Amino acid sequence: MFEIGLSHYMTVSAIVFTLGILGIFLNRKNVIIIMMSVELMLLAVNINLVAFSAELNDMVGQVFAMFVLTVAAAEAAIGLAILVVYFRNRGSIAVEDVNMMKG
Amino acid sequence: MIQALTFYVFAFFTVVSAVLVISARNPVHSVLFLILAFFSSAGLFVLMGAEFLAMILVVVYVGAVAVLFLFVVMMLDINFVELRQGFLQYLPAGAMIGLVLLIELVVIVAGHALAPDAGTAVAQPMPPVDKISNTQALGELFYTHYIYLFQAAGLILLVAMIGAIVLTHRKREGVRKQRIHDQVNRRPEDSVEVVKVETGKGI
Repeated sequence: MFEIGLSHYMTVSAIVFTLGILGIFLNRKNVIIIMMSVELMLLAVNINLVAFSAELNDMVGQVFAMFVLTVAAAEAAIGLAILVVYFRNRGSIAVEDVNMMKG
Repeated sequence: MIQALTFYVFAFFTVVSAVLVISARNPVHSVLFLILAFFSSAGLFVLMGAEFLAMILVVVYVGAVAVLFLFVVMMLDINFVELRQGFLQYLPAGAMIGLVLLIELVVIVAGHALAPDAGTAVAQPMPPVDKISNTQALGELFYTHYIYLFQAAGLILLVAMIGAIVLTHRKREGVRKQRIHDQVNRRPEDSVEVVKVETGKGI
């Protein structure tokens, strides 16, 4: 209980990851919250990577977490740009009935 | 003891603010709770000895990404009440899937055991903290072994920046501004006309 180890961090990471997935399901209409949920999931992944890095005394986990951070930042920027363009075209961000591309 | 207490405080705030991110009524509050979640997990990172990543998390996420979210949420004039409909409708299915996933993850966490040779197969062993700091150790890896990946990450950021600009940039009609190219390219023949005026007639 008072000895904090790998399992504790893995538990936190698992809970946050699940909450991210739950957020995607609960807020199907609001794409901003969906993107925040994706950020939460990436954060959980990072916690896991750093926890294993600390446990195994291996720096590569932190290196990888850094790249995950980079890609997540790029993804947020592009996603929000797409969102702004979509809002200009449609006047709403309801993503439940997105069918402009007829996909 | 202190370490355990710190861990539980930060973990508690991370989880609670993650819950509030997905359940807050107002998306602005969601963004603020997202910031809190990132901040608390930065505390967890410090606890694990990854100071550099913790600071990057604070600078990049709290300082840039979350503020970007905040800008977009506040800039777009959206009827959030309408977007919230269906929350309860999706709750059973979402809770079911979330529960199943959580159970699977807990089974993994509870049942995992590191391979016996995991400690020996370390790719880049962590240097002793009292000799080389975490930041220096990461830098020594980034600029030597992982230099190409580091450059690729920079390229990804560049592409994201250009993409965001190209996507959101637009030509607006009815805005007067200086067009230097047109001004420089203007020739006397285009704009000056010499008219022969006959005496006593006018034009």
